[in-house]
Amino acid sequence: MTLAALADPIFLLPFLNGLLLAIVLPAVGAYARLRGEWLASLGIGQVAAAGVVLAAFLGLPAAAGALLVAVLAAPAKTLLGRHDGDDTYAVMLLAGWSVALLLAANTAHGEDLSRALLQGQIYFTGRSHLIEIAVVALAVAALLPVVSSRLLLGRFFPEHFQANGVANPRHEVLFDVMVAATLAVAATVVGVFGAFALVFVPPWVAFRFAGGWRGTVIWSAGLGAGAYLVSFALAIALDQPYGPVLVATLLIIATARGLGRA
Amino acid sequence: MGAGEHGGNALTPPSPPLLAVQGLTAGYARPVVGPLSFEVHRGEIVGLAGANGSGKTTVLAAIIGTARVFGGGITCDRSAGVSVLRQFPVHLREMPITVAELLHATASNTDDVPSLFQPLLGTRVDRLSGGQFQLLQAWACLGSPAALVLLDEPTNNMDPQAIAALADLLLASRKRGKGVLVISHEATLLDTVCTRIVEVGR
Repeated sequence: MTLAALADPIFLLPFLNGLLLAIVLPAVGAYARLRGEWLASLGIGQVAAAGVVLAAFLGLPAAAGALLVAVLAAPAKTLLGRHDGDDTYAVMLLAGWSVALLLAANTAHGEDLSRALLQGQIYFTGRSHLIEIAVVALAVAALLPVVSSRLLLGRFFPEHFQANGVANPRHEVLFDVMVAATLAVAATVVGVFGAFALVFVPPWVAFRFAGGWRGTVIWSAGLGAGAYLVSFALAIALDQPYGPVLVATLLIIATARGLGRA
Repeated sequence: MGAGEHGGNALTPPSPPLLAVQGLTAGYARPVVGPLSFEVHRGEIVGLAGANGSGKTTVLAAIIGTARVFGGGITCDRSAGVSVLRQFPVHLREMPITVAELLHATASNTDDVPSLFQPLLGTRVDRLSGGQFQLLQAWACLGSPAALVLLDEPTNNMDPQAIAALADLLLASRKRGKGVLVISHEATLLDTVCTRIVEVGR
């Protein structure tokens, strides 16, 4: 693939869609990892996938279904995850998988939809996806710096907000909705596991190497973008499904963790 | 004065109190501590002393709202801000956050950082020793804008030098008008810094 190919809207729009997600997902993922909630992102991604199939079942737009279900799941995750943590996230993951496949089995073209959610369908995304992704990316870019300090404070001093009479901090709900919306949009573009890999792997590497928190977020976004650029070119050049190529590229990058200080 | 309370470096406490605990009986499934009464005013350091298992941490949990109050009452001026150092601070395997970033998160004044942290401001907190990390956590609470600071066993992991540094930080905070409740089994620390000590479980 050459840069000239990106001038063709057939490649340019999918390329931009993926690139935005490859920057936003790892940045959000850095906070999810700090909060010990990386498994929650897989759970929410799978619930979003169930929302896509549900939308197809009901004859609604896919992104609307994913967003609605994921955003509804976010407060439940906030409330239940506070006490049961990984158990809650695992239940979300299993429930999302089960519902998605059952609905797909009883929906016209359900098998194709399931495969698209598993592998990603980035080459079939266009202007409407770009608008959805841009809205989510702008919201994250605007809100994440606002809630950042409070997320760090809540992580290292967990009793702070309750001690100050704030039982359910709004920034936590806001962050959960941000994660849910980002993953819901991403699941329809790069697939559930592609989205999860972008949330999980770049921060996993950045946590080892970065000199501080600001560096961690920048490293995460940079690694995500780098992995994306390589995998986008490889998938086209080798004529392979995009999602698995992205995940494989990220996993190769993840081996760099072994070079860092333990 | 509550049961077991005795004076240290007594000052005339100003009023109203930042924290007033009156006849408190607290616990979880059942009461484990109390009845207990004490107050914390601005410019005071009040110590909670007692044997292991006497319920000192439960008193703090009741103040925060994570333990059940079976009797008595707690009045806390939360509008002035409350900062809490838990008995076992959150210590992740990897913490890519610098000393300066942690202090920024607690809104601590980084211009007023103790000299021992000045060269460490750009260091990741997971590169600190256990004692340095504990002292940093204590300072993050004491240096924050909160008027009331609750410290649960702040000397964990500290060597005598770090405990002395903590005592200096506590005394400086007292001069700045903070009200501090310190739970500790370190009798020497409590005797050095506290205006009053409340014995729990007597």
